[in-house]
Amino acid sequence: MSENLAYKIITYWVEEKSSVLDLGCGDGELLSILVERKNVKAMGIEISEQAIYSCVAKGLSVLHENIEHGLTGYADKSFDYVILYNTFQEIKNPAAVLDEALRVGKKVVVGFPNFAYYKSRLQIFFNGRVPVTSSMPFQWYNTPNLHFLSILDFTDYCNIKKIKIEKSVFIGKSGQVKFLPNLFAEMGIFIVS
Amino acid sequence: MEKNSVGLVETKYFNFDELVLDSKEHLKQVTIAYEIYGQLNEKKSNAILIEHALTGDAHAAGFHKDEDKSGWWDTMIGPGKAFDTKKYFVICSNVIGGCKGSTGPSSVNPKTGKPYGLDFPIITVADMVRAQKKLIDYLGIKKLLTVVGGSMGGMQVLQWLVSYPESVKSLIPIATTVKHSPQQIAFSEVGRQAVMSDPDWRDGNYYGVSFPTRGLSVARMIGHITYMSDVSMAEKFGRRSKEKKPIFKFEPSFEVEGYLKYRGDSFVKRFDANSYLYITKALDLFDLVGEKKLHQVFNGLKAKLLILSFKSDWLYPSYQSKEIVKACKLAGADATYCEIDSTYGHDAFLLEVDEETHLIKHFLERVSNV
Repeated sequence: MSENLAYKIITYWVEEKSSVLDLGCGDGELLSILVERKNVKAMGIEISEQAIYSCVAKGLSVLHENIEHGLTGYADKSFDYVILYNTFQEIKNPAAVLDEALRVGKKVVVGFPNFAYYKSRLQIFFNGRVPVTSSMPFQWYNTPNLHFLSILDFTDYCNIKKIKIEKSVFIGKSGQVKFLPNLFAEMGIFIVS
Repeated sequence: MEKNSVGLVETKYFNFDELVLDSKEHLKQVTIAYEIYGQLNEKKSNAILIEHALTGDAHAAGFHKDEDKSGWWDTMIGPGKAFDTKKYFVICSNVIGGCKGSTGPSSVNPKTGKPYGLDFPIITVADMVRAQKKLIDYLGIKKLLTVVGGSMGGMQVLQWLVSYPESVKSLIPIATTVKHSPQQIAFSEVGRQAVMSDPDWRDGNYYGVSFPTRGLSVARMIGHITYMSDVSMAEKFGRRSKEKKPIFKFEPSFEVEGYLKYRGDSFVKRFDANSYLYITKALDLFDLVGEKKLHQVFNGLKAKLLILSFKSDWLYPSYQSKEIVKACKLAGADATYCEIDSTYGHDAFLLEVDEETHLIKHFLERVSNV
């Protein structure tokens, strides 16, 4: 799976000169791409101090906070987009953070590794061990992932919560996956509102 | 002298007739001591104002003639440093109420021809900044590239934001707060009581007669405890003692005792006791927005902020910096915040040079280019 492809898709989605809040922005790579290509007003929240240094070196505005309680300060709909890319599965209370993201952002971009990827299924089935894949390259004892969800889990959840999925793209090893994404995609990316 | 020092510097003095204070009193014949480093560019757009903490002064960088000790923030100011004097014009002034060249309680009262003592009016952080604005106007600077400082310096930074938002392009408040907490007021008060209970204080009229050495040194000792952390004290002193066996006497024998005594003793040689009272009072009175909501005051703010705090700082804990962050969020102000993982306690703002340099350097590059 290519991270660049995911970034390309998000960059394609995000509108020119919009405001973007990236939750768990890491070293700020995605945000700086968005600033460069889409001239967005960017803001990041990140829990790792080292990552903050990288963001600041890239000229980004970033807050050293925990996103689980870092959104309370923002007014409703204060960003055009809130991004939850590859962080969603690592937070203690994803439901609460998604609710907050939907409150603060007009649209929310959600991207996460698909646990129902066929290779994961095969590894569990044949090896009897927790799967290790390129989108989830960790062992059970060192994974930052707290929640394991599939593309269908997420779409089910959105249906129950009446969250509107505006767009979705599924990414596999060699690009976009259109056929049976819950089986063949390593990553799902959605815009919800 | 090290290669990246600003070198030999001297304190300059700026005089003006009158400053109207928050207390409505008029302070006459005011002097502001200041130092400058680097060159002001043609557009006058590269000026940085450095704000000192409680016992600091205008001598922030370089060396004075015949002195070996460099300025108090020499690690951060100089060619190639965080505040790069090859690029920026750096100004630092002594606060009014101080005793390092600016008008304060030890200055001569023009009305009586004697030192003010307690006739000196109560001053506030806003008054300090009001005086600095006059200096900045005098230097012909319309807009400061940044205002930066830690602790009380950070309060002045925030005061600039409220008093003169159009005159600042960015702000760097470090290890600071929008208002003193009861705990912070309590420590200030213990310090003041130590000074005032010294018989040599003589209700503040000690000039030329005596000096409340014992009281002021105790105040400084208390201060130093609050500037460190449990961990930094354990690392620096442990339970090491100059005596091999426990001695059953009250002379300082633990290293930490000796250190505090040394700090107290050296402080009284360089600082005026009344200034200590006036400035700590200004800190306690500091309440940036009072009854108003902070984010309302920040509304429409164009200046960018870099807010820094330190994990082990229990005198100005991170939650106080996070209140500033929260107001920025609500107001939609452009802010960056980092809680630096340091064990130095409040002193960290003077010691965590590498981290601060990295953050400040990049931040300044960014705000310079806007």
